[in-house]
Amino acid sequence: MNLTLKIWRQHDAAKSGQMVTYHVEEVSPDMSFLEMLDVLNERLILDGDDPVAFDHDCREGICGMCGLVINGVAHGESRATTTCQLHMRQFSDGDVITVEPWRAAPFPVIKDLVVDRSAFDRIIQAGGFISVPAGSAPDAHAVPVKKEDADAAFDAATCIGCGACVAACPNGSASLFTAAKITHLGLLPQGQPERAVRAKAMVEQMDLEGFGGCTNTGECTAVCPKGIPLDTIARMNADFLGRRG
Amino acid sequence: MTDRMSFQVGEDIRDTKAPDGPIEERWERRKFQARLVNPANKRKLHVIVVGTGLAGGSAAATLGELGYQVTSFCYQDSPRRAHSIAAQGGINAAKNYRGDGDSIHRLFYDTVKGGDFRSRESNVYRLAQVSVNIIDQAVAQGVPFAREYGGLLDTRSFGGAQVSRTFYARGQTGQQLLLGAYQALERQIAAGTVTMNARHEMLELIISDGRARGVVVRDLVTGEIESHLADAVVLATGGYGNVFFLSTNAKGCNTTAIWRAHRKGAMFANPCFTQIHPTCIPVSGDHQSKLTLMSESLRNDGRVWVPVQAGDTRAPGDIPEAERDYYLERIYPAFGNLVPRDIASRAAKNVCDEGRGVGPGGLGVYLDFADAIARLGRPAIEAKYGNLFDMYAQITGEDPYRRPMRIYPAVHYTMGGLWVDYDLQSTIPGLFVIGEANFSDHGANRLGASALMQGLADGYFVLPTTIGDYLADARDFGPVDDVAVAEAEIAVRDRIARLLAVDGTRTADSYHRELGKLMWDYCGMERTEESLRKALERIPELRAEFWRNVKVSGTAEELNQALERAGRVADFFDLAELMCLDALNRTESCGGHFRAESQDADGEAVRDDEKFAYVAAWEHTPDGPVLHREHLEYAYVTMTQRSYK
Repeated sequence: MNLTLKIWRQHDAAKSGQMVTYHVEEVSPDMSFLEMLDVLNERLILDGDDPVAFDHDCREGICGMCGLVINGVAHGESRATTTCQLHMRQFSDGDVITVEPWRAAPFPVIKDLVVDRSAFDRIIQAGGFISVPAGSAPDAHAVPVKKEDADAAFDAATCIGCGACVAACPNGSASLFTAAKITHLGLLPQGQPERAVRAKAMVEQMDLEGFGGCTNTGECTAVCPKGIPLDTIARMNADFLGRRG
Repeated sequence: MTDRMSFQVGEDIRDTKAPDGPIEERWERRKFQARLVNPANKRKLHVIVVGTGLAGGSAAATLGELGYQVTSFCYQDSPRRAHSIAAQGGINAAKNYRGDGDSIHRLFYDTVKGGDFRSRESNVYRLAQVSVNIIDQAVAQGVPFAREYGGLLDTRSFGGAQVSRTFYARGQTGQQLLLGAYQALERQIAAGTVTMNARHEMLELIISDGRARGVVVRDLVTGEIESHLADAVVLATGGYGNVFFLSTNAKGCNTTAIWRAHRKGAMFANPCFTQIHPTCIPVSGDHQSKLTLMSESLRNDGRVWVPVQAGDTRAPGDIPEAERDYYLERIYPAFGNLVPRDIASRAAKNVCDEGRGVGPGGLGVYLDFADAIARLGRPAIEAKYGNLFDMYAQITGEDPYRRPMRIYPAVHYTMGGLWVDYDLQSTIPGLFVIGEANFSDHGANRLGASALMQGLADGYFVLPTTIGDYLADARDFGPVDDVAVAEAEIAVRDRIARLLAVDGTRTADSYHRELGKLMWDYCGMERTEESLRKALERIPELRAEFWRNVKVSGTAEELNQALERAGRVADFFDLAELMCLDALNRTESCGGHFRAESQDADGEAVRDDEKFAYVAAWEHTPDGPVLHREHLEYAYVTMTQRSYK
C-alpha cells in the first residue's frame, strides 16, 4: 500500500517545529509501524536528509521506550498496543497518517518525535520502591501473600512507563502512572511500612513536575498498552489521604 | 588462504582465582578472604557501572547501598528500559519448595550438563548457591511472582530440567525483576549515592597505569564527548546477538562497550558460543527489523510438530493426527518438548531442511496448544500465557487459540563474552564484567530461566563482594594519567569523524543486514569449516566496503541516530570476524556450537573433550588474535555425552 505521512519535525528543544509531509510506497501489511518509519528513514539518509528521530528499543511492547501519537491517538487506534506492536495491516492504501510526539509540558520535545520523560524516573525516586538493601531479605516463604493480592499487584506492576497516559489526558496528568506503582506496592504485605509515606511523596513529586490533576476522564486507561485500570487512581487518592483499605 | 584465518597461541590461563577446597565452601571462603573497605573510605571510592539491566542495575544499586560513589550509564532514556525487561519465562532457583528432589547440587549439575561441560564448576556452584537469595531479595522488593491459593510461590518447569524450580510473573518475569532492580537503583539515586546518566553511550575505556580508570561516553542528545573517571569500571552491557542483525535483542543492543574493552586488552572468551532460541515468531519479509521470542515456557503445554510428508501445504487443522510428526516427543521421549534450547533449535532446522517446514518459505514448525486447551480449558491457558498469545496475534494476524503458532529458531543470547576470573574481573585490572557481557557461567549453552538468575547473582551478590577486595588497594592507585584520557577522547572523536566523512551510498543498516545474513548462513545454527572460511573471506571485504561507502547523515553535535547505528555496526564487523575464527578453531560440536563435521550417526553433536575442554580466551594484539586456553576440570560432575533421550 502507499501512504502519506504528516510527521512532526523539530530540530531541537530550542527551535519550533512543524508538520512535514512524506510519501511512502509499497508498504507491506506485515510491517510494524516502526518498520515503516525505518523504510522512510533509510531513504532520507541516502538523500542526505535528517532521518526522523523516534525512540524505540525492544520492539516487542515491553520496554516502554516507543510512543507516538498516531492520528491523534497515543500509540494509535488499536487498544492495548504499543506503537512498536502496531502493524500496518491496520491501515489501508491511500491513508493519510499524522505522527506526533507525546505532548505535555513535563515531557519537553528533544528532537522530532523524541521527548524527555525523566520526570517519571523522579516520581519513582520520590518513593516508588520498598527499602530493602541487598542481602537483608527473609526467606521468600516467610510471608505468604494472598493470590488475589499478588495477581492484582501484578496487574498494576505491568505498567511500562511509556507515558501514553499523560499524552492522552486532557490535563496532562501522570495519575495513572503514579497510581499503578502505588497500587502495586501498596497491595503487598512487603509494601505496607512505607505505604503512606510513599503515596504522599510520589503525588507531591508528580505535582512538582508540572503534571495536571485527574478529573476522571479515563482517556489514560483507554490508551494504556497494559490496560492499567482506572480504579488504581482511587486507591492512590485513598493512600494519599491516609485511609487504609 | 589469507592470514585472516591464522592466529597465534599464547600461554595457558592457569589461575582463575577460584579458592580450592570442597566446592560447597569455596564462595564462603572467598567472601571471608575478601578484604573489606571501611564505610568512611567507601564514600571516597568511585565506581562506574555501564548498563542498567538486571546485572548493571542491581550492581549499581547495591554498590550505592554499600556506600560507594557510583556513576551509572545507559543508552536508553531511562534505566528501566534495559533489555532484561523483555525476558519472559522465569528465573531458576534451587529453593526446592516443591520437595521434588531439587537442591543446590542438582541446579549446579543441570547447569554444568546443560552448558555441555564448557563452564567452570566453581562459578556454577556459586551461582546455584546464590540463586536462593535472589528470590528472597526479589520478593522483599515487592516483585509480584505468581502465587498459589495458599499464598506461597508457584513454580514451573523449564527446558533442560526435570524439577519445577522456575519462579515466574506470568510471561513478564524479566520486566518485574528489572523493575525491582530499577526501583532499588532509583532509591539510591534519590539518596545521592548513584549519579545516573541516561542517553549516554560508552565509546572507549580509559586505562591508566595498567588499570581501568574510566570511560569516554557520548551524550546522545547533545553529541558531547565526556570522560568520566573512577577507581573501577563495571561493564554490564549485555550480549552481542545483534551481530546477526535479526535477533530477539532490542534494537539498541550492541557490542561496542565490550569490544572497545577487548581492543584495550580484555580477553574475549568463547565468542562463537551463541544461543539460538527455538521458539520465535518466523521472519515475515525483508522489512523485518527484529525477531520476537515466544517464551520457552510455552513448551510446557504446547506440542511441537510438522507434517510427516514433505511439501504438505494443507492447513494445520486439516492434517490428521496420524500424518503429524511430534518430532521432539518421538526423538527425545524422556524430555519431549522440554529438551534444551540448542537441541530443540537444531531439530527444527533439520525438519525444515527435509522440506517439512510450515508457513512462508517453509521456515517454521507448529507449536500446538489444542491438547492443552482441551485438557485445562481456555481460561487456564489465558491465565498462564495470555500476553504471549496476544503478542503473537498482533504480530502475525493469526489467532493461536484456534490455529497452532508457527515458530522458528532465532538468535537470542550469547554465552561468550569478556573473560573474567572467579571475582568477575577481566584481564584488565579494575575492569569487572557482569551479566550476559561476561562468559562465565553458561558454558556452551544456557538453560532457560538462567539468564535472570546470573544477572542478578552477579549484580546483587557476587560483584559487590569481590570488587571490595580490589578497591581495598585503591589508595595506591594514584592519579589518572591525563595523556591516557586525552588519547581515549581523541580516538572516539576520530572514529566519529571518519564515519561522517565517508559520505557514501549505502546506509549502516543495509550493511548490518548483509553482515547479519552472512553470519546466520555461515556461523549460525550449523557451522562447517567451509562456511566459516567463506565468512572469514567475506567479512573483511564487506567491512572495507563499509568504511569506503557508508552514508551517515547529520553531524556529531546533535541527536543523531544514524551515527549511533553506524558506530555499532563498525564494531560488529570486527567481532563477527573473531566469532568465525573461534568457531573455526573449535572443530568439535558442543552446546550451541554445532560443527557439521562433528556429529554421530543420529545427527547428535559430538564433543571432543580431549582437545577442547577449555575456554578459548582471545587476546587482541596489533599482530592479530592470540589464543589463550583455560583448561576446564570436572571434579564433581562426570563429563558425559549429553543425552535427553
